Amino acid sequence: MAPIITINNLSKTYASGFTALRHVQLDIEPGEILALLGPNGAGKTTLISIICGIVNASAGSVKVAGHDIRDDYRDARSLIGLVPQELATDSFESVWATVNFSRGLFGKAPNPAYLEKLLHQLSLWDKRDSRIMALSGGMKRRVMIAKALSHEPRILFLDEPTAGVDVELRRDMWDMVRDLRQDGVTIILTTHYIEEAEEMADRIGVINRGELVLVDDKVSLMQKLGTKELRLQLQAPLQHLPQALEPYRLELSDDGLELTYRFDAQHENTGIADLLRSLSQQGVDFKDLHSKQSSLEEIFVDLVRRKA
Amino acid sequence: MNIHGIKAIYRFEMARTGRTLMQSIASPVLSTSLYFIVFGTAIGSRMGEIDGVGYGAFIIPGLLMLSLLSESISNASFGIFFPKFSGTIYEVLSAPVSPLEIVTGYVGAAATKSVILGLLILATARLFVDYSILHPVWMVGFLLLTAITFSLFGFIIGIWADDFQKLQVIPLMVITPLTFLGGAFYSIEMLPEPWRSLTLFNPVVYLISGFRWAFYGTSDVNVAVSLGMTLVFLLLCLLLIRWMFRSGYRIRN
Repeated sequence: MAPIITINNLSKTYASGFTALRHVQLDIEPGEILALLGPNGAGKTTLISIICGIVNASAGSVKVAGHDIRDDYRDARSLIGLVPQELATDSFESVWATVNFSRGLFGKAPNPAYLEKLLHQLSLWDKRDSRIMALSGGMKRRVMIAKALSHEPRILFLDEPTAGVDVELRRDMWDMVRDLRQDGVTIILTTHYIEEAEEMADRIGVINRGELVLVDDKVSLMQKLGTKELRLQLQAPLQHLPQALEPYRLELSDDGLELTYRFDAQHENTGIADLLRSLSQQGVDFKDLHSKQSSLEEIFVDLVRRKA
Repeated sequence: MNIHGIKAIYRFEMARTGRTLMQSIASPVLSTSLYFIVFGTAIGSRMGEIDGVGYGAFIIPGLLMLSLLSESISNASFGIFFPKFSGTIYEVLSAPVSPLEIVTGYVGAAATKSVILGLLILATARLFVDYSILHPVWMVGFLLLTAITFSLFGFIIGIWADDFQKLQVIPLMVITPLTFLGGAFYSIEMLPEPWRSLTLFNPVVYLISGFRWAFYGTSDVNVAVSLGMTLVFLLLCLLLIRWMFRSGYRIRN
C-alpha cells in the first residue's frame, strides 16, 4: 500500500538560526500507529507542525495521501486532525460551539448527530453547554481531542497526548486510539513516555537533535537493539569472580549473591550454554535464574547517548 | 472555496461581539453621544454654520469616522491577535482555509460590527441634532468601504503585534490624532497655510471629506480623490496581508 504520508528530505531552520530538523526522510503507512520518541527540543513538534501547516519548512517536501502540503494544502489538511501539546482553547466558548466551529473550519457541513456521538465517546456530552474555562484540565484535553476529530480526519496527530494527564484519562485515550485504529485512522503520536510507545505503537521513530535516528517496527526494534540479561541467584555468596569466568564479562552484585550476564538475543550463540557449563566447572551453584529483555527506555537512552 | 470555514470564523467572531456588547457597541455609542452633547449642543450652539451646515450636524460625519476607524482597527486587530496570544491560532493555520478565506471571515465580522456601530451612532446623533443625508447610497458606500479598509488595517496590526501595547499604539498614537487633525471638527478651509497644505498629507482628511460630501454635498477635497485614496489604501492593505501570508510573517515562523 502507498504510504499515507511521505516526508522527503525535510529541514527546518528557525529565524533565530536554530536548526530543528535535518533532512528527515520518513514514510508513514496507512492505518498504523507511529510513535515519535525523543527528548525535549528534539524536533518532534516542529515535524508535526510542518505537516499540519502551522510552520513553513525550510527545505524538503511532505505529501499527505499524494497531496503536497503546500501546493495542494486543502486536500492535505482536510485529512488531518491535530491535538497539540499545549492546552489552547477558546475559554469563553461552549464545548458544543467549539466543536461545531472546528468542523466548519475544516470545510465540513454541520452534522449534529456525529458530533453528539463524538462528545458521548469522550464523556463530554453532559458538558456540552459549559464554557471551556469552567472545565478541568483533563476535560479541556478531551475537548481538544473532540475538536481534532470533529471533521472525521483520516490521520490524527497527538503531540504529547498524555503529558500531565491522570491515569483514567490516559487509559481512556489509549482505548480511543485503539478504536480509531480499528476504523482505519492513521495515528502519529509523540511522547517521551517510553511505556506509551511500547504499549501503543506499531512502529517507533526516534528523533534526536533534529535527526530521525531510526524508524523501525516496534518488535524488531526491540529484538535488534535489545540485549537480554540473564540473572543468576547464587546458593552462596562469591567474594570475587573466578578467572575462568572473565570472558563472560559478568557483573557481581555487592552482596555477592547475584550474577548478571548480558547477551545478544539475536545472536545464534548466546553463550548461555557455555556459561552454565563453566559455572558448574567452577563449582558455582545457583538456586534460580531469569532472563529479561531490555525495555525501549534502555534502547532509547542508549541511542541518544550514542549520538550525543 | 471553503464556505463552511468562512462561516465558522465569521460566526465565532460575531459571537465574541455578542459576549462583549458593552465594550464593542455600548461604549463607543456613549462616547460619541458625549461628543454630541459637548461639541454639538453646548459649544455648537455658539458656533456659526460651516459650508451652510449647522455645527452640530457638521461634525456628524467626522465623529462617525472617528468611531468607525478606531473600532474597525481594534475589532479586527484583537480578533486575530487573541488567538495568536492564547495559542488557538494553531487550528486556523492547520485548517484547509486559504488566506483570503481567513481574512474574509475575520475582516468581514469586524467590518460588520463597525457598520452596525456606525448606524447606531447615526441613530443616536438624531437624538441631539437634526441632519439630512443628501446621497444615502454613497454614504453607505463610504461607510462600508471605510469599515472594510480599516478592518484590513486592523488585521495587519493584529498580526504584527506581539504584545498588547503594540496592539494599542497605532489606534491611540496614530489614528486618533490623524482623525482629530483630519477635519472631524472643522473644515480644513478654516486652517491657515502651511497647515492647510500639510493637512492634505493626512489620509483621514480624504475619508472625512468624502463622507461629509455624501451627507451635505460639500467637501474639502474632490470626492473622486477621496474615493481614489480610500481604494488605494484598501489595495495597500490587501497587498501587505498577501505578503504576510506568503512569507509566513509572524504567523508560520
